[in-house]
This record gives sequence, C-alpha cells and structure tokens, in this order.
Amino acid sequence: MYIYNDFDEGFVRDRIDQFRGQIDRRISGALTEDEFKPLRLMNGLYLQLHAYMLRVAVPYGTLNGRQMRQLAYIADRWDKGYGHFTTRQNIQYNWPKLSDVGDILEALADVEMHAIQTSGNCIRNVTADHFAGAALDEYEDPRPTAELLRQWSTDHAEFLYLPRKFKIAVSGAKHDRAVVRAHDIGLYLRRNDAGEAGYEVVIGGGLGRTPMVGKTVQEFLPKADLLPYLEAVLQVYNLNGRRDNKYKARIKILVQETGLDVLKARIDTQFVLSKAAFKGVPDSIQAPIDAAFEPPVFNNTRSTVLDDALESDPLLQSWVDTNLAEHKNPAYAMVTVSLKAVGATPGDATSDQMRALADIAEEFGHDELRVSHEQNIILPHIRRADIPAVHARLRDAGLATANIGLLSDIIACPGMDYCALATARSIPVAKDIALRFEELKLERDIGPLKIKISGCINACGHHHVGHIGILGLEKHGVESYQITLGGDGSENMVIGKRAGPGFSDKAILPAIERLLMAYLDIREDASETFLQCFKRLGEAPFKLALYPVEGSQNAA
Amino acid sequence: MARIFTPQIITSNHLIEGDSIYLTATGSWSRQAADAVLMENADIAALTLTAANLQTGLHVGAYLADATHFREAFRAVGPSNYFHGKQAG
Ligand code: SF4
Repeated sequence: MYIYNDFDEGFVRDRIDQFRGQIDRRISGALTEDEFKPLRLMNGLYLQLHAYMLRVAVPYGTLNGRQMRQLAYIADRWDKGYGHFTTRQNIQYNWPKLSDVGDILEALADVEMHAIQTSGNCIRNVTADHFAGAALDEYEDPRPTAELLRQWSTDHAEFLYLPRKFKIAVSGAKHDRAVVRAHDIGLYLRRNDAGEAGYEVVIGGGLGRTPMVGKTVQEFLPKADLLPYLEAVLQVYNLNGRRDNKYKARIKILVQETGLDVLKARIDTQFVLSKAAFKGVPDSIQAPIDAAFEPPVFNNTRSTVLDDALESDPLLQSWVDTNLAEHKNPAYAMVTVSLKAVGATPGDATSDQMRALADIAEEFGHDELRVSHEQNIILPHIRRADIPAVHARLRDAGLATANIGLLSDIIACPGMDYCALATARSIPVAKDIALRFEELKLERDIGPLKIKISGCINACGHHHVGHIGILGLEKHGVESYQITLGGDGSENMVIGKRAGPGFSDKAILPAIERLLMAYLDIREDASETFLQCFKRLGEAPFKLALYPVEGSQNAA
Repeated sequence: MARIFTPQIITSNHLIEGDSIYLTATGSWSRQAADAVLMENADIAALTLTAANLQTGLHVGAYLADATHFREAFRAVGPSNYFHGKQAG
C-alpha cells in the first residue's frame, strides 16, 4: 500500500500543531464556538448528541494491520473501546474529549492517518471498490487513481471552500461495488477499442434530500487527462454551484438546473485551459503510487485443506457460501468479515476485534484490510488453504457471522442514537429486524437482500438504494419510518420508490415482516430475489402487504 | 393576546466532554436533565438564553428545548445500543 513520504508526514504534523493551538485557544475562551466550529470541522471533529465525534479518514478504505491495531489502541485509550465503520469507508469515534483530540491525532499520524477533509465543503475522502486489486471481475485496480486523487485533492487551495462537500468514487471492475453513480464525480476505469486505459466520467450523482443517479459526461477520458478534466469540473462547479441555499448547493443540482449538455460544454471550454496548463503527473509522484499497488506475491500451490474441512464443518460451509468472493487468483479468496452480528450495531467493532483483524491480516492476508461502504471489513487476499484457520480465528473474535448480502447485513447510519442531525433512530430498527428474522429462521430462504436505513434525509445509510430502504423521520412529535422499495446501488443504479405513509417505531418491524412474507408467497421460485421479484411485479403487491387495508391503523 | 408558549428548558453541550448540560434554577449548569429549570415565560427564556450564551468558555451553544421531545429524552439518557453516556452515570 501507499506509504507517506516526508511531504505527507510534514503536512499532517503541521496541521496537528495548528489544531492543538486552536483547541487550546477554544478551551481558554480566546475563541468562541462560532470561530472554532469551522476549524474543528476541517479536522474531522463533530459535536453529536452525547459527545464529540472524530471522523478518521481511511483513504479508499485501505488499512494495514499496524493501522488497524492503532485504531484499536485509540479506541481503548481515548474512547469507549470500539469504533464505528461508516458508509464512507471511514471510522468514527463517538466519545473523544476535546482536550484529548490533539493526542489522538498524533497517534493517528504515527500510522500515517488523519482526520483532515472528513468534513467541510471540500473534496472528501476518495472511496473505491473494497475488492480493489483482488476481484476476479476487475479490469484495473482503482487504487492508484484514488491515491493520485487523494494527493491532488488534499489541501488543494482552490477547492477548500466549494459550495458544498464533494465526493469522488472509483471502480475498475465489471460490477460496481462503490455506488459510483451516487457520487459528485464517479469514475469507471475503462479500455477503449484500441485497448488504451481511460475513464468513464459520471457527474451529479448523490443521495440525500434530492437523490439522483449520476450522468455520464465523458464516455472515455484518456488516463493522462484525468487531473485537468476533474480540475475543469471542479472549477465550473466552484464558480456556478449555488451558494445561496445549502440544499441546492451540490453539483447534482447544478446539473439538474443547467442541463447536462450546457454544463458539459462549459466543462469542455474550461478543460481546454486546464489541459494546456497541465504538465502531466511528474514521475516522482506517479512511480511511487504505481509501485505501492503492485499485487502481493501469491502462493499458488493448490491444496485440498479447504475442501476437506468443508466436508465435516457445516458452520464453515455456511460462512464460505456467503462471506467469500472470487479472487483473481484461483488459489485465493476475498473474505468479507461481517460487522453485523445479529442484534449488534451495524459497522461497530470492538478494540479486541480490530486487533484480531490486524493479526489475521498480517498472518494470513498479505497485511491488507479494507473497509467496505456496507460497513464490513474485507480481507482481500486469503489463500483458500488458510480459510479454515482464518474462520476459526474470526469465530474466536465473534466475527464469523455468515450473512454477507443477506437480510441481516443491514446498513444503518448512527441515527438519533448519536447524530445531531438525525430525525429518528436507525440502529434499533436494524437490530429488531435482524433479531426477528433470526427467530423466524427465514434469512437464508429469503436470500440476497439489501436493507439500508438512514436516520434522516441526508441518507448516510443509503436508503434510496436499498432493495428495502428505511428512512427515519419525525412526524407529529414521534419517530416515523418511511419505506422505499426497489432501490439498487449496483451498476444499474435505481432510486427506490416511496411505498406510502410512514410507520411508527412499533409498526415498522411488523411492516417489514409482512413485506417479506408477501415476497416469499409471490416469488416465482427460490431463485428469484426480492429485487427481481419487485422488478417483475411492480410495487402493487408489496404495497398491499404494507398497507393491507386502506387507512389501516398500522400506518402512522 | 400573549403567544402560546410551551415551557422549555435551556440546554447545551459541555465544552470538553461534549455531553448534554442543563441550566438550573440557580443559574449554574448541571449534567442531569432533572435539574433543569423550566422556563414558563417566553421573554424571560429568551433573555436567560442570551445570558447563557455569553458563557462561551463553558459550553458549546445553548438552546431552548422542549424537554418532552424524544430527541431531548435521548440526550438526557444516552444511546440505546450501549449502556454509555448519562445512563451509565
Ligand atoms: S443520515 Fe442523517 S442521521 Fe444518519 S448519520 Fe447521516 S446525518 Fe446523521
């Protein structure tokens, strides 16, 4: 993986010194909260309902064992012994004290990590396919692009005060696992007919208040043009994006209000200038990036260890069925470690679990870990022969839940258990659904299903692209949950449709149960997934299940 | 005619820990919602809030809140997924 150079290191340490000074002045009363707030946000420090929250960047979700172990140390030393992995592939600490934040940032810098640009109206942490460099369906590793963009966007003076936050995602595979079309800029690595590498560039995607599927603005952009082209997009956005209304300030609104063709013409005009001024990425920058993402040296020796173990271990078999994915190297597999134990908080890991993951990655996994936007941890390179041993170690750490891609693999944002912006809680809804279907023993029967829950319209829980989306709102002074159906976060991204009136906190679980029972009744056969069934039949039978009698008392 | 005013409390977050704090009848801050003084009069509430927000070195930004709202109920207790925050003492 990419290792910081002296420039990166110096920049991060300088920022910590500055921020320590700002914290001291805030504590002494020399700075008011109004003066301090933008400074703390620039350093990833939020204030939530019960405490501060520090959001730490995990560039394109990639970590090594040493970093994961340090995250565990921070959780124990300055927090409450756990961390929360987010849909932005980051980690959040929910309980830091203001007076400890300088020390926490110092501890992060010791392992080349920081919290810069995890908030504010700047280019945020670049996200990427969590199976990067390992997936069988990958054309090209997206991480070198993501790392180049990280370096380019970090402290980019021109783009630190954009109209609004700006998110970029990169994928280099056939299947989109990074919800690329839900980003301000999305990049798909492509090859043209001549076999040259480049990008399909998508702009104006996003969820939140006004969900939109990103639109392709360039079918094929040669690789060498990436930075000047993105610079042109950002410059046009910086100048034309609305600053009068924060709800209309994202680039998706600019695309909508201006029209793609007009905006594209403006970007193209700007691109002529930025391209002429661009001298190319210097080799001193590009070469270390390319070298950092060389594939590991694989052990290609075939072995029957896994097959033998599977014959006698049904638990291992069931975990292998759901949590393993195909690696480019047939002797290897990609392991998804579920952070969704039934009844637990989606995305949370204890410090002991983080240390177990660090150990396993170092011992069996070429020292690589990834955070997925679905709030799980990936071990991207595990030799198939080591799978039984890895599974046993995960089981000891309480990390062997076999549910990836199934009902209880739920995305849930922190919601009103933590988040100051929330209008309702998300975590208890996720827990209740997982526990109920565990009781019914129907999860495997229901099959592939993505439930995604957000605690407010900001949609951090990606509810719009859940096959079943749940949005927590406030209605008449109580929590109310709105269901959306048929969303899809894959390469065929679809925004789910609102099913009807919301449900109270008591009524939401029975509603989900009715919905899934109806699906089991009406699906063609067990091979037809919930989403396929919804596409085939449309919303009518599902709405009928949710609202059995017009004006039913179940609807709040 | 006087406006209808729902009695409210004045609450903020502590500067260092960030947890919820409540203005009491004596003008001090308490970490327990039960100690909060209930403001019955809109004008006095507004004046008290302005005064509270001058104590900038103590807390993060006070506001008037309806203590019966569920958001305030959660703030007063802590998260529902772990026994952390106020409920843990
Ligand atoms: S969706 Fe809303 S409640 Fe959930 S984390 Fe985002 S801002 Fe907070």
